[in-house]
Amino acid sequence: MSDMNLTVHVWRQKDAKSPGKMVPYKVTGVSEHASFLEMLDILNEQLQAKGEEPVAFDHDCREGICGMCSLMINGRPHGGQKATTTCQLHMRKFKDGEEIFVEPWRAGAFPVLRDLSVDRTSFEKIQQAGGFVSTNVGSAPDANSVPIPKEDADRAMDAAACIGCGACVAACPNGSAMLFVGAKLAHLHSLPQGQAERGHRTQAMVNAMDAAGFGNCSNHYECEAACPKEISRDVISLMNKDYVKASFTHRERSGKGDGGA
Amino acid sequence: MSWFQRYMRSSIGAKQVMAVTGLGMVLFALIHMTGHLQMFGGRDMYNGYAHFLQHLEVKWVARLGLIAIVVIHIFTAISLVMKNRAARPVAYAMYKPVASTPMSRYMAMTGLVILAFIIYHLLHFTIGTVQPQYFHMLDDKGRYDAYSMFVRGFQNVGIFASYAVAVFMLCMHLGHGASSWIQSLGWRHPKYGTDKLGPILGIVLFLGYIAPPTAVLIGMIKLPGA
Repeated sequence: MSDMNLTVHVWRQKDAKSPGKMVPYKVTGVSEHASFLEMLDILNEQLQAKGEEPVAFDHDCREGICGMCSLMINGRPHGGQKATTTCQLHMRKFKDGEEIFVEPWRAGAFPVLRDLSVDRTSFEKIQQAGGFVSTNVGSAPDANSVPIPKEDADRAMDAAACIGCGACVAACPNGSAMLFVGAKLAHLHSLPQGQAERGHRTQAMVNAMDAAGFGNCSNHYECEAACPKEISRDVISLMNKDYVKASFTHRERSGKGDGGA
Repeated sequence: MSWFQRYMRSSIGAKQVMAVTGLGMVLFALIHMTGHLQMFGGRDMYNGYAHFLQHLEVKWVARLGLIAIVVIHIFTAISLVMKNRAARPVAYAMYKPVASTPMSRYMAMTGLVILAFIIYHLLHFTIGTVQPQYFHMLDDKGRYDAYSMFVRGFQNVGIFASYAVAVFMLCMHLGHGASSWIQSLGWRHPKYGTDKLGPILGIVLFLGYIAPPTAVLIGMIKLPGA
């Protein structure tokens, strides 16, 4: 086991209103078994030992399923390793003495809160606009009473793998969130339970996405390449088809009664 | 705002407008190409085709329709580029694209070159301000001699070169656009390799468009009596 010494260029920004800049730091004694986030932990310990402010970054489960970690590493979301989140990226993928560039997700809809930490509330707003099914509580239906083809269940599951990290937005040259929104829609629209609110959901979530200030998709497919959960661009195609159908044929809610969202 | 305005102003509506207007222009480009391949059929055939187009009952309907399509495509593109720039106010210090292609990333630039060329092309062959001395010639049947105008035009190396650059830009633009519309309309399906359609159409149009002028330049297509 060999320890590495690295130069890490980190985006430092005091708060949402202050301008930021890239600052180089030396990090010493990093184990090749450390994850990328553990390397940042080591950097922060060394910064604190010198009396400097530690680097703020987002993280939570550190096992690749929560969607909290982010980071643009050397120009690629989550470091660019296939199907890997930053927390699952290991320092053995880097070389001793290497210079590493670490930046926050860059999107107007993801404002920087501090250093590498961004506000992804815009994703929550899109989810709240329609990323759910409405059901009655109390009377659980009999399991398997609705037959679902295996292919449909697989498609729904593939889309549901989205952890909402925002790598798609970060990777997109236009800062578009269409892979995220497409995944949330494809998850529910591949199943019978999602059909009842399909038209309303598609419009509500796409409108929320547009209102949040995300860019427009121009079919570069950088999102698909960057997605740590390997969500396919097919979800965007499905969303495009559903949106035009909903726009031209969906009878919009009147707002009367208690069903209007 | 009506539902239609909301659709047109939405991110997905805008890209579907780009898709449909783009597709309209691709169809025009294909028809235009087959028209001009008739240069290989000789002066009589080509002038006959030009005469047919000139006397088409719906000539102005087609022209205005095409102009409308082009204008909508351009204005939607400008609005999208501006929104996309605004969506990333701070640029990355390091950004490495891996999936996109030069074709997809330079759509705006190739589009502007094509627009500039179309204006020049219309001034040359439709309005007649580039080479007015060759514009109103008649052939032996009393029709406009479009054939000779074509040959004299592309015997000029400068005109040929500008045309070649523009047709290459068209090839690049369609390399992305002519498969992108399928995804934008939501018709992309794993059973059909439609992502190859753009590059294939781009190459077909490039070859189809460059062939007649090249034949003129190398002396394969000659002026009548030459």
